[in-house]
Amino acid sequence: MPERELTFAQAVREALAEEMRRDSRVCILGEDVAEAGTPFKVLSGLVEEFGAKRVVDTPISEAGFTGVAVGAAMAGMRPVVDIMFGDFITLTMDQMVNQAAKVHYMSGGHWKVPMVMRTTLGATRRSAAQHSQSLHAWFSHVPGLKVILPSTPYDAKGLLKSAIRDENPVVFFEDKMMYKLKGPVPEDDYTIPLGVADVKREGDDITLVATSSMVQVALGAADLLDREGISAEVVDPRTTWPLDEETLIDSAKKTSRVIVLDEGYGRYGVTSELAAVIAEGAFYDLDAPVKRMGAMHVPIPFSPLLEDATVPTEQNVFEVARSMCQ
Amino acid sequence: MSAVTSKPETAGTAEKSTSEKEKWLHAHRQMVSIRLFEEQVNELYTRALMPGLAHLYSGEEAVAVGICEALRIDDYITSTHRGHGHCLAKGAAPDRMFAELLGKEAGYCRGKGGSMHIADPATGNLGANAIVGGSVGIATGAAFAAKNLGTDRVVVCFFGEGALGQGSLYEVMNLAQLWKLPVIYVCENNQYNEYTHYQDTTAGTILGRAVAFGIETAKVDGQDIRAVNKIAAGLIQRARSGDGPAFLQCDTYRYSGHHVGDIHREYYRSKHEEQLWKTERDPIRLLGSWLIEQGYADAPALETISLEARKSIEAAVKFAIDAPYPSVSEVDEDVYA
Ligand SMILES: Cc1ncc(C[n+]2csc(CCOP(=O)(O)OP(=O)(O)O)c2C)c(N)n1
Repeated sequence: MPERELTFAQAVREALAEEMRRDSRVCILGEDVAEAGTPFKVLSGLVEEFGAKRVVDTPISEAGFTGVAVGAAMAGMRPVVDIMFGDFITLTMDQMVNQAAKVHYMSGGHWKVPMVMRTTLGATRRSAAQHSQSLHAWFSHVPGLKVILPSTPYDAKGLLKSAIRDENPVVFFEDKMMYKLKGPVPEDDYTIPLGVADVKREGDDITLVATSSMVQVALGAADLLDREGISAEVVDPRTTWPLDEETLIDSAKKTSRVIVLDEGYGRYGVTSELAAVIAEGAFYDLDAPVKRMGAMHVPIPFSPLLEDATVPTEQNVFEVARSMCQ
Repeated sequence: MSAVTSKPETAGTAEKSTSEKEKWLHAHRQMVSIRLFEEQVNELYTRALMPGLAHLYSGEEAVAVGICEALRIDDYITSTHRGHGHCLAKGAAPDRMFAELLGKEAGYCRGKGGSMHIADPATGNLGANAIVGGSVGIATGAAFAAKNLGTDRVVVCFFGEGALGQGSLYEVMNLAQLWKLPVIYVCENNQYNEYTHYQDTTAGTILGRAVAFGIETAKVDGQDIRAVNKIAAGLIQRARSGDGPAFLQCDTYRYSGHHVGDIHREYYRSKHEEQLWKTERDPIRLLGSWLIEQGYADAPALETISLEARKSIEAAVKFAIDAPYPSVSEVDEDVYA
């Protein structure tokens, strides 16, 4: 029997539905999450099954309802907040960074904040500078938060279920260009542990470490490289924190060349951290400096040709990789 | 080129020499131009010629025009994701606006901003904003500058009732009243935050929020441009003479979906409701009937205004379609001043 396929959006919805059935403390808070099912329709059908008490429409008050989720989590619930566009996490920063991330530590381990924030990342949707950013590095920087960057429907379901069961605040970034991507997703109740990387493709000549939206780009580049006789390995860390340093370093040692790809800004960003981890762990096995590729250091422009120039493409990655292997 | 006639230095009610008739014929033309502009946006978007998102202002024209007609060209406005009407009403040219909507170099922001970020210093437009409530600080800050630099400029901060959910609005309203800043907070209550009726997201009353700070408040039928203009003119004059901020609630309606593409919307509002607003409460038709009643125009005269506006808008669309895209090398220009 062929494996069942779901879109990325369906996988997210299934994870939520399964966890809500399993645990009555799980609820969803966000703007237009109920009847509308969010503008991306990711949550459609959930309010019909779970009711308006558990799938709760909020006013446009990101700071307010994120704070409510922090308090509700401390007092025994497991809220999942929906922040429509990743750009709007800026409005929730105090709640996430000064409150959620620190409560457990500051209370000497007494209080816990088992909440999840789901939000989006990714450009090339022509949504301009305030609806296109990939700001996951910001949360990855903060002790006390965990950050997940799923790149396939399979990973999305398994990782989101782990996030909801986790005892800590977890931020889950969905690439909005990936919602329609299809892939095999088992019907059973599986979870994927946080902090375990996945080798999406094995290879010997160069490692492409890629996150979220950049995994598909890396896989496409690997196909192009294959035609030139270059064998690329694609490694997806899946979570920026906790980080599976070992898998990244092992792959770097094996291939001796590494490109790190992530759609956030490179400066002080995720690619910088991953490159540093690899450089520290595999320095004596590397044949070339670790190369970083990410969003150009500009606000995302609206005009299509300009916007496309800000994000790495299969062709860019292919060319950089080929020149590193020459 | 501009279908929206550019305004003289002291436009609107302030200009005594403008006769009542000319004033309202001009306002009518402005509203018609906005309506036709949005029709073209819908068309461009549906034909996949316009990238990104398009939030139409159709149905709300009397708010932008009624208020901007009471402003001077050097007064400031801040706008929203649903901002085309504000830009046009403040005097922007449709050709450069369409060019921006299509991401062209001739656009107001050289294609970098798009529909949700049009800004134009020449008409005092500090910018549209894609963050709900994102411009309340900017507007209040511009009022702070207007006062401290010794000008008598006034700032109008347009926002949808959805922005009442944002806490920063309450922080700046408090500042504005403490410091008697010349800012008018204009809440365009088109009844819906995206796909949710505002009564499901708004406790208490809208005006009660401003009353709590002791801010001057008013509420007006946002489909009646003469009422909007009259109330706005009073509040603006009051702010200009140093008496501080005001909060104006304009009840209105957006005719289309939240954005072009929000087609199946019966689950949050009925076709019947939409139809009622369009047939009973249309701001253009209401002003048109009044113009005819007053003997300021007859039906053929209004038809001529429409035809002329349509010609200009169509020419503006053509200009934008034919205009070149910016060179890719511009992508990292203007990051820093
Ligand atoms: C801070 C923030 N949250 C959410 C959004 C997504 N969003 C865009 S428009 C909108 C509804 C705004 O409603 P309202 O302010 O009433 O303006 P309207 O669209 O009705 O003109 C929402 C939720 C946003 N752009 N910014």
